[in-house]
Amino acid sequence: MAVKLPIYMDNHATTPVDPRVVETMLPYFTEVFGNAASRNHEFGWKAEEGVERGREQVAKLVGATPKEIIWTSGATESDNLAIKGVAEMYREKGNHIITEVTEHKAVLDTCKRLEKDGFEVTYLPVQKDGRVDLDGLRKAITPKTILITIMYANNEIGVVQPVAEIGAIAKEKGVFFHVDGVQAVGKIPVDVNKDNIDILSISAHKLYGPKGVGALYVRRRNPRVQLAAIIDGGGHERGMRSGTLNVTGIVGFGKACELCQQEMPTESVRLRGLRDRLKDAIFSQLDEVFVNGSMTYRLPNNLNISFAYVEGESMLMGINDIAVSSGSACTSATLEPSYVLKALGVGEDLAHTSIRFGLGRFNTQEEVDYVAARVIETVKRLRELSPLYEMAKEGVDMSKMQWNTH
Amino acid sequence: MAYSDKVVDHYNHPRNVGSLDKNDPSVGTGLVGAPECGDVMKLQMKINPETQVIEEAKFKTFGCGSAIASSSLATEWVKGKTVEEALSIKNTDIVRELALPPVKIHCSVLAEDAIKAAISDWKRKNTEVEKPAASSAAGQS
Repeated sequence: MAVKLPIYMDNHATTPVDPRVVETMLPYFTEVFGNAASRNHEFGWKAEEGVERGREQVAKLVGATPKEIIWTSGATESDNLAIKGVAEMYREKGNHIITEVTEHKAVLDTCKRLEKDGFEVTYLPVQKDGRVDLDGLRKAITPKTILITIMYANNEIGVVQPVAEIGAIAKEKGVFFHVDGVQAVGKIPVDVNKDNIDILSISAHKLYGPKGVGALYVRRRNPRVQLAAIIDGGGHERGMRSGTLNVTGIVGFGKACELCQQEMPTESVRLRGLRDRLKDAIFSQLDEVFVNGSMTYRLPNNLNISFAYVEGESMLMGINDIAVSSGSACTSATLEPSYVLKALGVGEDLAHTSIRFGLGRFNTQEEVDYVAARVIETVKRLRELSPLYEMAKEGVDMSKMQWNTH
Repeated sequence: MAYSDKVVDHYNHPRNVGSLDKNDPSVGTGLVGAPECGDVMKLQMKINPETQVIEEAKFKTFGCGSAIASSSLATEWVKGKTVEEALSIKNTDIVRELALPPVKIHCSVLAEDAIKAAISDWKRKNTEVEKPAASSAAGQS
């Protein structure tokens, strides 16, 4: 069967909006356009109804109550509000924050800013499989610790952290626990109570909703979390986040969450099957390929592979009818290879050869087979071109060679 | 990032891919770059000791499309040139020919380095055997 090109397999970056979500959103652009904060006419009330339905749908997906959901512009804002909000509100209690080295930049850079502001931040290392060590976490907690912020699942390698265990430790020590749930929510079961999460960042566009809308779950009891606002204004969202609500986006976000919840049991199995099919095809045809991060504790839709001796950007150029990402320096804004892979102990040489596949709701088996064939063919071609592959085949120990690094 | 047509052409149809016998005294090998940096180029040339003309050039490159294109172009350019002419190739010539963006200039630098490294390898190999060869050549003239 012919597949339609190009193929999108970069669903950790963003996802297309599900047509059912679009359909739900459409009336809110034109007919139901009111400001949800307009309390004295029908237009406002209808908009508010949409917003509150969305709040219920988002809350339900993560086992929260609607009142605990705060709307934001996206997960970067949610992460900022969670971390800066706790830091400012509880500064008298302590100035220590714990996070991990493989967090998203929205968390790491927020922590770095707080360090300039007098906070102390511990960046926990990760083990070879990408997970934090719980003993290490325990040891890092001090009487001054006010917040632990650890992501649910990583955006590059899809590795899922022991969130419930971390949450239990945080609870025992009386420290708030913030989770960046961007990649996990809607893909695997996330429950703020079972997982002992106090604050949870969620993004709509990673779960087949629209861009520009996110949410922050903020626990109201056991314990009650208060956040200092970072945006001042009309006092919307219980004073934690002022600004006219993105009603259309919120309506779409809610619908997207509802669909994820309904379809997760079958969809996660389907995606896992496709992901494993892709992995098996690649591993059966190519030598010297390595999975980065744990295969056991991993999102069902993620595959991150290093294709030794084939540089990532040249690989992307060879499979230019397929949208995926690479951890190669050449593809990053900083010209540094992936800091996430580095944290796992993956050598820089292998980090340059990594490719991230992010499967999604609209990928088919035919597409997976096409991608596997293209990847295999391209790696073989580029290895014919690779002096490193040739040296490896001749048995040269490249780690002992003198390279003229520049 | 958008690549120029010339980069795409060299990437899709690289010229002179392969290896020459590195133990052959008439072959100079240049291996530059480092795996940790994301690019390694191997450039080899077979040089006629009489005429100093580069009769054959081969490359293999681990690196991005621009690195592959730069080294592919380098082999095209050095072929048929004398060693002296090849040494006059500048990285800026490669940048211009391939329309490389600023972030890819290091690829052209690497290609220039590879040419120079291959030639100095050849010169090194031939310093010992060169003398008797040179004297016999002188004797003939």
